[in-house]
Amino acid sequence: MKVIFKTSYDNDIDLHEDWWARGKIILLVAVMAILPFFAGEYYLAEITNTLIWSLAGMGLMLLVGHTGQASLGHAAFLAIGAYTDAALMNIGVPWVIAFPLAGIAAGVFGAIVAIPAVRMSGIYLAIATLALFVIVEEMIIVAEPITGGVGGIFAPSITILGVDFDRYASLNNFYWLCLAVVVGVTWMYANLMRSPTGRSFLAVRDSEVSARALGINITRTRSLAFGLSCAMTGLAGALMGHYITFFNYELFSVFISINLLLVVTIGGLGFIQGAFFGAILITAVPQVISILRDALNANLGIDLSMPGLDTLIFSIILVTFIIYEPTGLYGRWLKIRAWFQLFPLARRDMFRRQKTYLKTERMK
Amino acid sequence: MSLLQVDDLAIHFGGVKAVDGVSFAVEEGEVFSIIGPNGAGKSTIFNLISRFYKPTRGTIKFDGQDITGLAAHEIGPLGIARTFQNIELFDHSTVLDNLLMGRHTHRRTQWFQDMFFVPKIRREERRHRAKVEEVIEFLELEAYREKLIAGLPYGVRKVVEIGRALAMGPKMILLDEPASGLSVEESQEVAYWVEDMRRDMGLTVLMVEHDMSLVNQVSDRVLAVANGQPLAMGTPSEVQADPQVKAAYLGTEVDA
Repeated sequence: MKVIFKTSYDNDIDLHEDWWARGKIILLVAVMAILPFFAGEYYLAEITNTLIWSLAGMGLMLLVGHTGQASLGHAAFLAIGAYTDAALMNIGVPWVIAFPLAGIAAGVFGAIVAIPAVRMSGIYLAIATLALFVIVEEMIIVAEPITGGVGGIFAPSITILGVDFDRYASLNNFYWLCLAVVVGVTWMYANLMRSPTGRSFLAVRDSEVSARALGINITRTRSLAFGLSCAMTGLAGALMGHYITFFNYELFSVFISINLLLVVTIGGLGFIQGAFFGAILITAVPQVISILRDALNANLGIDLSMPGLDTLIFSIILVTFIIYEPTGLYGRWLKIRAWFQLFPLARRDMFRRQKTYLKTERMK
Repeated sequence: MSLLQVDDLAIHFGGVKAVDGVSFAVEEGEVFSIIGPNGAGKSTIFNLISRFYKPTRGTIKFDGQDITGLAAHEIGPLGIARTFQNIELFDHSTVLDNLLMGRHTHRRTQWFQDMFFVPKIRREERRHRAKVEEVIEFLELEAYREKLIAGLPYGVRKVVEIGRALAMGPKMILLDEPASGLSVEESQEVAYWVEDMRRDMGLTVLMVEHDMSLVNQVSDRVLAVANGQPLAMGTPSEVQADPQVKAAYLGTEVDA
């Protein structure tokens, strides 16, 4: 087992505890950066989709995993991001301005909505955000001059300083753009979590009474978390708009909200890494299912193309995780890693005490 | 002037008079204990001072300022820290992070600065950490620094909670039954710490406690309450000799 010899407070303040951990992240980003030279177009497009979902997942993770508030309405903030970005670009605003504005619009809207909503918690907050989602959906249909109404809207292709970032014409560039955004947002998120703001989020999640006794303004903290969460999701929405290219309100259905909740729950609540694990699962499983189904059909002649099969498998995965692994994929990964680090001393019951639930997961 | 001045404090929940007309003053540098049978309203007095409850009647003044109308989160920055009877720690964080959360009132950065981790934050974090390390050393928590709260034994959690309150760097600390559920040795340690808080840190301590040996050992003055009403106030031995206090504890009428 690795023991880190700490010689300064900076060991704990830094994002990574040592150069080994830092090196692994640098390697991961480097591999991701050179991926377009190896991966085929189909896989690259899927990975781009996964990156966008990770970004949206991080948005919800901040809210659900780190601040302990449920939301069933995050598809609404994806939509606000996507429509703000596309609408601004359609009137000639360049992407480098429209994109941050899309995040800010979603964030500000989220923070304003949060002021009344944060007085609720648990299942009531989930219902309130669901209601918000319905309202936003209707607003999109009504605001036809901006959003294209039922017909939909076209997200223009991105050009920065004459370089083309179109999703089809230059997928490599679009992939790099998404990767850069995800890396940047992850860095900011990680910074938040190692500073007083992040700690106040955790405090509000774990014990509201002591948070108040420590001088933390609950309403302000929760609104801030809501705003930042919605801003991240809004950015993901803007990228999703460009990825889909032509979309209408149906892209942002309530199933997207539920899928986002799956991303954070299955990924591992309370870990930034969890958003990535969850996003990989949620975007890969449908592809894997269809590949397997085609293979079965072609090789063995078994036809499994019945409707609802994907949903069924999703549901089974979710239920299995809630029962057997409340800490999610990332929690499982930590245990596997500990098993190898301690080999051959790891024991079954070592993690028994850690099987605790976050307040978000309990009914209040 | 007294550091904490409570005048005619009362709170009624419907017909239940949880606290009814309690007055006392805590001097700076004093260890003041509140004792009384279960349900006497001791913790309610604490929750009134922390502004978790709004009093029906009466005023609370801290350092000359009327705090009766403040919000709960505005109490900490004034220099009042507290612990809870049923431990209220942040279970999914480490001991170190719990103590760092106690530094919230001393933060000088905004969230957008935190997001980009401007150089100022590193300086601030080092400063907070140095203060937290002082607390860790004082309470001898070194061995638990990086342990998650969820896996710690009860006695250690109690100490971490005291530590989190001390990390706030308060003027006055409210200890809600600091020795409940602790072994004899552990509560003896609490007694030493309370002594040190007063002597070395210059803190004023307001304590609710059932363990009379601890109360006798550390308190300058004691207030006994029963059924929300004050019974007696004075030195520990005076209060324990009071016939009304005896009656409240033993449940019998004593001929005066």
